[in-house]
Amino acid sequence: MAITTKPVRRTAPRLPFRSLLRDWQLYILILVPLAFFVTFKYVPMFGAVIAFKDYNIFKGIWGSPWVGFETFKEIFQMQGFYLALRNTFMLNLLDLLVSFPLPILLAIVLNELRIQWFKRGAQMVLYLPHFISWVIIGGIAIQLFATNTGIVNNVLKSLNLEAIPFLTEPVYWVFTYLGIGIWQSAGWGTIIYLAALTGINKDLYEAADVDGASRLRKIWHITLPGIKPTIIILLIINIGHMASIGFDRPFVLSNPLVTDVSEVISTYVYKTGIQSARYTIATAIGLFQAVIGLIFLLSADLISRKVNDQGIW
Amino acid sequence: MTSPSNARIGSSASGKMLDIALILAITIASLLCLAPMVHILALSLSGNSAIMAGKVTLIPLDIDFTAYKAVFGNAQMIRSLGFTIGMVSLYTVIAMALTIIAAYPLTKKHLKGRDFFLFVIVVTMFFSGGMIPEYLNVKNLNLLDSIWAMVLPGAINAFYLLIVKTFFSSIPAELEESARMDGASQFRILTSIILPLSLPVLATISLFYAVGRWNGFMDALLYITNSNLYPLQLRLYEMVMNSQVNSMLEGIGTTVPVPESLKAASIMFATIPILLVYPWLQRYFVSGMMIGAVKG
Repeated sequence: MAITTKPVRRTAPRLPFRSLLRDWQLYILILVPLAFFVTFKYVPMFGAVIAFKDYNIFKGIWGSPWVGFETFKEIFQMQGFYLALRNTFMLNLLDLLVSFPLPILLAIVLNELRIQWFKRGAQMVLYLPHFISWVIIGGIAIQLFATNTGIVNNVLKSLNLEAIPFLTEPVYWVFTYLGIGIWQSAGWGTIIYLAALTGINKDLYEAADVDGASRLRKIWHITLPGIKPTIIILLIINIGHMASIGFDRPFVLSNPLVTDVSEVISTYVYKTGIQSARYTIATAIGLFQAVIGLIFLLSADLISRKVNDQGIW
Repeated sequence: MTSPSNARIGSSASGKMLDIALILAITIASLLCLAPMVHILALSLSGNSAIMAGKVTLIPLDIDFTAYKAVFGNAQMIRSLGFTIGMVSLYTVIAMALTIIAAYPLTKKHLKGRDFFLFVIVVTMFFSGGMIPEYLNVKNLNLLDSIWAMVLPGAINAFYLLIVKTFFSSIPAELEESARMDGASQFRILTSIILPLSLPVLATISLFYAVGRWNGFMDALLYITNSNLYPLQLRLYEMVMNSQVNSMLEGIGTTVPVPESLKAASIMFATIPILLVYPWLQRYFVSGMMIGAVKG
């Protein structure tokens, strides 16, 4: 009967441990990574229940008594929480407005360059800031923008202009935060668009040449429509992440004079949780943000399915 | 790669003008990218009096290597550099090993429970316990203030794992068949057939892991209080940022102000390793990003 091995294998495992017997080596291989995911990802995920408990270090997570939604009632009365929530949305929204269009523009310009060595060199330079850590960027920002010692203000002063408090006045700080974000990410952000641009059918350009279309017209009528799906999907993904914000960037750029605009959820959780050791409160804030974030992400996915017939993952 | 519109109308005057405008725009953008780094480099090499007078812009004045001597003579800084190199190496090796042994079984479609394993892994891309539960987890495992706190919790990135898995799946199954006929174990097939054929993707993902770990800062801030275990980023943060915040608040800080050139030299000290490897590795990063973009 068993002449060809494959069909037999497919019908054979009547015994439940048959596949275990055959694939035990594979199971051993995957066991360690799975143990890793359980220990370092799933345990903390379930550890987030302390948001509903009166967590006590000595009693541990499971020994501490349940308090239901008490902690959430408490955080909804905290002014700092609303401020952090507002700032998170504000900075993310502004970031989207100013940081989103630039990579598109930059990618189109790069794509139009005809001298290949120049294009490659420019790409290398433009991608570089993406690889510099936020701590270093924060250090550089101080050297550039400090009111008294920064180079930019030194230049302004030498031109008899007034110094600008880039890092110490809330409104200016927001501009600095956005500008540094552009500096760090605009170049790297072009990669996806450049990939999409290579997928545009070259015949379209040749047909346009025959019709005598100018380059600007070709960009408008061929290049832009060609990357439109990519633009839309990235826009939706970005909106999906509106409620979550990284820690490093706001943390290293902020200082005590601008916390009114620079305190975001991630840094606020750090301050309440790690620095003040109010674990329950900080966990509840994190959980609240995760839920809002999930709602945003799922809505984005829904919109994407409507618009593109394709989810965002 | 060549711009499709290049071929024909290079000759028209308006086309030439546009070319010049484009080159100019990209040149300005590139200079804006580099200028901050060049300024820091100039500061780090300048004499203190020129810096205090605010004269140093992009070219070092009164060239002075004192700051670099101070950085290289600073035992803490050197210790942090050595520790960071060791930590990044350890992390990259462990992360790659775990990623590979997780990715390989997941390419086997006949493996019972494969979908469940994949689900377990993909969930972690969208959900996490959050900062505090993760902190408490590391604390409960007694990993605070040890190198493992920065190595283990981030040791597998689910996204990179999927990239590696996709690449492994693209290797033709026939290549394994003959080895299996000869009775080779799965581990043997993995190490002697799959891995040698996957070197490009393995190199790319190693780089992602290594650079992410080199630049990582938040976990060190949370988990490490023993200054002997400070990675470079945390050391730099303490030195450059904290002292600056103190002096910005009109010198309430008790610390002695750190000279600007020393701060600049420290920034360069932590950046130079990245700058050194970056030009050679850039294309790997881009290709890795492409794989990710196609996948995601």
